[in-house]
Amino acid sequence: MASETAMAAENYEAVIGLEVHAHLATQSKLFCGCANSFGAGPNENVCPVCMAMPGVLPVLNRDAVELAIRMGLAAHCAIARESIFARKSYFYPDLPKGYQISMYERPLCVGGYVEIEANGERRRIRLVRIHMEEDAGKNIHEDGTSLVDFNRSGVPLVEIVSEPDIRSAAEAAAYLRELRALLRYTGASEARMEEGNLRCDVNVSVRPRGVEQFGTKTEIKNLNSIRFVEKAIAHEVARQIDILEAGGRIMQETHLWDPVREETRPMRSKEFANDYRYFPEPDLPPLRVTPEWIESIRVALPELPAARRERYVNALGLSRYEAAILTEEREVGDYFESVAAGLRNAKTAANWVMTEVLRVVNETGKPLAHAVPSARETGALLAMVEDGAISLNAAKTAFMAMCQSGKPAATIVRELGLAQVSDEAAIAEACDQIIETHLRKVGEYRAGRDKLFGFFVGAVMKAMGGRANPRLVNEILKRKLDQ
Amino acid sequence: MIVEPCSLTIAEARELLDRRELSAVELTRSCLDRIAAHDGRLNAFITVCREAALAQAAEADARMVGGAGGPLCGIPLALKDIFLTRGVRTTCASRILDGFVPPFDATVVAKLRAAGAVFLSKANLDEFAMGSSTENSAFGPTRNPYDLDRVAGGSSGGSAAAVAANQCLGALGTDTGGSIREPASFCGVVGIKPTYSRVSRYGVIAYASSLDQVGPFARTVRDCAVLLQAIAGVDPRDATCAARPVPDYAGALTGEIKGLRIGVPREYFIEGMAPAVDGAVRAALRQFEALGGRLEEVSLPHTEYAVATYYVLATAEASANLARYDGIRYGLRVAADNNIELYERTRGAGFGAEVKRRIMLGTFALSAGYYDAYYLKAQKVRTLIRRDFARAFERCDVIATPVAPTTAFAIGEKIADPLQMYLSDIFTISVNLAGLPGISVPCGYDDRGLPIGLQLIGAPFAEETILRAADAYERSGATVRRPPII
Repeated sequence: MASETAMAAENYEAVIGLEVHAHLATQSKLFCGCANSFGAGPNENVCPVCMAMPGVLPVLNRDAVELAIRMGLAAHCAIARESIFARKSYFYPDLPKGYQISMYERPLCVGGYVEIEANGERRRIRLVRIHMEEDAGKNIHEDGTSLVDFNRSGVPLVEIVSEPDIRSAAEAAAYLRELRALLRYTGASEARMEEGNLRCDVNVSVRPRGVEQFGTKTEIKNLNSIRFVEKAIAHEVARQIDILEAGGRIMQETHLWDPVREETRPMRSKEFANDYRYFPEPDLPPLRVTPEWIESIRVALPELPAARRERYVNALGLSRYEAAILTEEREVGDYFESVAAGLRNAKTAANWVMTEVLRVVNETGKPLAHAVPSARETGALLAMVEDGAISLNAAKTAFMAMCQSGKPAATIVRELGLAQVSDEAAIAEACDQIIETHLRKVGEYRAGRDKLFGFFVGAVMKAMGGRANPRLVNEILKRKLDQ
Repeated sequence: MIVEPCSLTIAEARELLDRRELSAVELTRSCLDRIAAHDGRLNAFITVCREAALAQAAEADARMVGGAGGPLCGIPLALKDIFLTRGVRTTCASRILDGFVPPFDATVVAKLRAAGAVFLSKANLDEFAMGSSTENSAFGPTRNPYDLDRVAGGSSGGSAAAVAANQCLGALGTDTGGSIREPASFCGVVGIKPTYSRVSRYGVIAYASSLDQVGPFARTVRDCAVLLQAIAGVDPRDATCAARPVPDYAGALTGEIKGLRIGVPREYFIEGMAPAVDGAVRAALRQFEALGGRLEEVSLPHTEYAVATYYVLATAEASANLARYDGIRYGLRVAADNNIELYERTRGAGFGAEVKRRIMLGTFALSAGYYDAYYLKAQKVRTLIRRDFARAFERCDVIATPVAPTTAFAIGEKIADPLQMYLSDIFTISVNLAGLPGISVPCGYDDRGLPIGLQLIGAPFAEETILRAADAYERSGATVRRPPII
């Protein structure tokens, strides 16, 4: 059965579009002065406006517009000179006005694309639009009662809608990682899925390979991690192919991802059968954006991940894989560049950041700046490796000690006695001693058992407490054994 | 005859207050006594704030002793119960807001409070300002001070009746399709609806956001000008509020209208208009000519579509504006087992029939498949109506029309026939659709002694012009004001 499915899957192509919601990292909410912050007590960040008291009116937060434009420019969108907020009506207890202020026919950012790399291939995923809207509050069900927390009500969001250009779960994941990188590079959003400030709905359909026409799509909601997005797509694509192979038809419906059972299940029609009755928001004038403002935002944008990747590959000689890992987070790239600045070979810095630095960051769960030594100290440590002053293994030991103590590289290397012995006379003496105590093995080696060379190297290193310069040990041993 | 302080105009009271011949407390007490004596029959008010009003009056007296009183310091006013008042229940004449006490003042209320005005009461209205007679109130209809069996007009009927019956010196109302001008006309007082965006809507319970506008009632044009002065101007809490400076309205009342071009739209003198109204308005037009004005025939060709356009757009906006009354955060909640039932029961019990009718109309007009035919089409007609006026104002400075086709009708006469009721606003609705200022000034009485109003419409932000014209007419004495029967 599994192999049948796999064979059938070969004959189909998935067509995937993503709708991503990201909280904008403003100080205050979109239409009132309440704090936009995560983690406050229930209903602490609320006021008459975001609680939808009678008679209140929304006033647009310009900072939110600027962040949305930053993201739009980063994604190569056209920024509309005039966009219009609209009311999207539906009843839900966490939606205090009974409508959400969003953008509908005239969004702020139009078109654009995001460049991704997946399966060794670079592709552009086109965007339909990026528009601004407000978030709703949160329903909490406990002990048989329902409570509503309106802290999130009115928090600014951008909704980023892709064209159905994505063809696999892996591409969807790459797209999400790239969006997350863009949101963070531009400062538009902290884009943390686990805090709910990056959320994703997925539209999935399948069609026989070579067929142009789209199949019937389903929508999957409730996806709050990139891993779940991948799993949900894989599950949904397989489910649709099974149905089609069995001669069935796909129903256009909305599914919820169940992260526990790792499957999608259709929502009851009541849960999504809405006619949103959009119409222009009469309480807000059209949002007008001057070309000067757009330009001032454009020139203030930092180097974006795609440009950075190209530079790492072309100017620093890194692989595409290395460049991709190092540019995913702006601070990782910044750290890497600072470390590499003091070294002869950027690869040394790249390898170190990708293995040692990111390992510590992942293990501690702390932000990079708090998890590892400053880039200057890490650079100093790696310079010692490049100069042969310490071995790579010694550097790893030193690095861990630096992470824990916060002491400078030079101090740690001295305190732990990690400096490499490059004194040829000392190494030669150790070699002589080993040769003398293992004369029988020397004989065997000289008789042709080449493999024994490794044994001598190990013995010398051990005798010197692991600090001997391995290149010199090799050279000197070879000379002495072969003479 | 001893003049009761409550029957003074704001200008007269101001003089007496400034000369210390009258205190704000005496003036306020006079109004409260009048309310106590008559409001049982009139029902102009939903809530009377006796103690708070007297405290405010005492404060105003103290301020005036310090020489700090402005034009409205110590003046007792009524507020339509659509304005949020901190600490005083605000009902919008609806059961759905049961128990709602606002935590803040509407911007206009805050402005008047800062000016030292005294708030006597919250005035009756049609529920959520939806109506033309103040019969759609959960607190019963307001009666006309000139005939207690007749309506006061609506939706700001309580405010108009209270001013007419000398229960207060002035009042605030709102006007979405005629809700200031029509009751002003029915009750024989002056009422002005300013240009859309001239006055902040923050803290004013929304009916139709693109049409709602706040305005004052008073017994004279000059008093209206003073009240408008106090409430107009930019508000950082209302993004639709105009940033342009507020001119000196009272200063514009020169009494001089020589050369003023008065447009008379042929579409506004229709079949079925009460002969007394037609006669009074035509007489007023002749009076304007006598004062040096020039009559110009103008045309507003899309007038016949105004009522239909209004009832699509206003109800569409209302259907969203009233969605917040869901029983979750404030006001009425009727218990139920689940969300949907909670909404149905709460809204079913909380809203009156006319409000439900308009929510359904608006929901329908915005529904998938109907949006283009109704909402979008109505927006296009709205643009045409606005253009009609722009073209007309190339040939005139003000447009003069009747306010309503009839004088006050009998309570119960039209309540069962919504279409007939909607036609009460046929002359006022276009002005809201075009966002223009309009004023109603008394211009006569019919054979039953019921007041008749003349409407003067201005170009955008031409409040000064219509106030000047209305004041010149009023001062000419062409209409001798008659006191109400109570």
